[in-house]
Amino acid sequence: MSTTNVNGHAAAATPPRGEPAPSEPIKAIRLRHPWRVVFAVLLVAIFAWFVVDAAFRPAYDWPSVGKYLFDRRISMAALVTIELTVFSMVIAIILGVILAVMRLSPNPVVKSVAWFYLWIFRGTPVYVQLTIWGLISLIYTSIDIGLPFMTPWISFSTNAALNTFTLAVIGLALNEAAYMAEIVRAGLLSVDKGQEEASVALGMSWSQTMTRVILPQSMRVIIPPTGNEVISMLKTTSLVTAVPFSLELFTRSRDISAETFNPIPLLIVASIWYLFFTSILMVGQYFLEKRFSRGVGDRQTDKNDVGTGTGVITGVVPVVGAGQPTVIAPPKTDNPGAPGDGGAR
Amino acid sequence: MSDTTVGGVASDVPMVLAEQVTKSFGSHEVLKGITLEVKRGEVMCLVGPSGSGKSTFLRCINHLEVLSAGRLSVDGELIGYREANGKLYEMAPKEAAKQRRDIGMVFQRFNLFPHMTALQNVMEAPLRVKGLPKAKVESSARDLLARVGLADRADYYPAHLSGGQQQRVAIARALAMEPKLMLFDEPTSALDPELVGEVLDVMKGLAKEGMTMIVVTHEMGFAREVADSLVFMDAGVVVESGLPSEVLANPRHARTQAFLSKVL
Repeated sequence: MSTTNVNGHAAAATPPRGEPAPSEPIKAIRLRHPWRVVFAVLLVAIFAWFVVDAAFRPAYDWPSVGKYLFDRRISMAALVTIELTVFSMVIAIILGVILAVMRLSPNPVVKSVAWFYLWIFRGTPVYVQLTIWGLISLIYTSIDIGLPFMTPWISFSTNAALNTFTLAVIGLALNEAAYMAEIVRAGLLSVDKGQEEASVALGMSWSQTMTRVILPQSMRVIIPPTGNEVISMLKTTSLVTAVPFSLELFTRSRDISAETFNPIPLLIVASIWYLFFTSILMVGQYFLEKRFSRGVGDRQTDKNDVGTGTGVITGVVPVVGAGQPTVIAPPKTDNPGAPGDGGAR
Repeated sequence: MSDTTVGGVASDVPMVLAEQVTKSFGSHEVLKGITLEVKRGEVMCLVGPSGSGKSTFLRCINHLEVLSAGRLSVDGELIGYREANGKLYEMAPKEAAKQRRDIGMVFQRFNLFPHMTALQNVMEAPLRVKGLPKAKVESSARDLLARVGLADRADYYPAHLSGGQQQRVAIARALAMEPKLMLFDEPTSALDPELVGEVLDVMKGLAKEGMTMIVVTHEMGFAREVADSLVFMDAGVVVESGLPSEVLANPRHARTQAFLSKVL
């Protein structure tokens, strides 16, 4: 077809002939991908064979799976797992924000405290930390409030004050706070430096700058990986048996199978519940990410583009995808053109 | 020119007084002893090639950069330091913030708060920093937006405003703190050519009202028309200064001539 080149690149090659011919939709024979079909068929066949085999394998004991899936003890344990996740995440997020802000503080004392916290809680395994929290009443037999070297005003026994559920929440939350602090810090650093300068130049204090200007803008970077942390926390709750706290999903199903001498069906039951919860969270996260990447797309086409922020978002999303199976869609590619300072006019 | 009057009050204290202001980043000396004076109601344009230290000097005036040597005072008050018994004391951040309240700054990249509407941008500092009542702040913020010609854009987010509109909101935001001095750091350099005029018009209006302004700019037309004085800087020193018409028409120094021949 001899259409005139709209962009004028090859204007010399095609002589202009009055009006440009109307462009027709391309009719081409589609490229075939025969190997894709072959592999798909092969994989489906292998999977089907595995499923059929599993269905008749006695060790899976499917009748028991069905029996225990909605057992009251199990569903109560599932509820406790949710409670552990929610309480620890809420505390971890609040503490994480505080720690992140502390790490970026101009005050070297505050900065060092935050650094020390992260060093301890990221540097030791969560399982070890949970075990230590379980033994806390051996280390500190009573909790006293008062001045050092004087009779305390209030004193109560550690064992009475902190039950194993509370200790599990404390252990999970303090560990997670260290990771949340790093996520929040990355978010804070993603906000354009000009924002801080503008608010400082208006006479705003450091804390006002943080709470009014920097933190709200860093949310779009913080929220997607936080969703990932929630999913991760849900699974980490299975470790609180180290405290020992035994009423959550995994430990509860282990305890039941200790009575029935039949561990495999109960492990399947626990896995089904975990998968159910993580699937719900993943769907939520998918929509959350879609919502926030759309916001970034809007900003990028805009003239007041804050370069670094968008860079971090697209950097974060593949990490999220890599950590979890495929439910999470890759970031929407509605950010045309160069990332970063592309729109820096 | 020494008896400039503003609001009927005669004052001999210059608005900005810089004496041998020096600033180094590591071993790199960006400002090598800047001495200049800006009187009340004066509009001074700072021009020069990029990297000459104009912006750094401007940022020193509201303590966004800390001086390495020299003294800088605004309205007779030393910036960033307190002087007592012949000694200098570093200021607490709170005190520095208090000084900045009276100095408005407009940035090349606007730096509007993208999560707030135009109106909220203008209201933020009077509300949070001065703690003024909301109704009062809102009505004066709307007045300011009207003054920069954006009364109908009050509820727009920065993302939905053009560059020129954003910069005008940024000017209104700085004016909301009722500053006695306005600093403009290349306010039109990030704008499309057809949007430059609307921002310069707002600045001309401000100059006419007697605002003391220091403007880092490449807009020589603006400098000639509006500025009371023009300072040409190069490599961290003031090469030449004087009336804009004179400096632009008959630059004495070779470096000034070379620069002006490129930009005019």
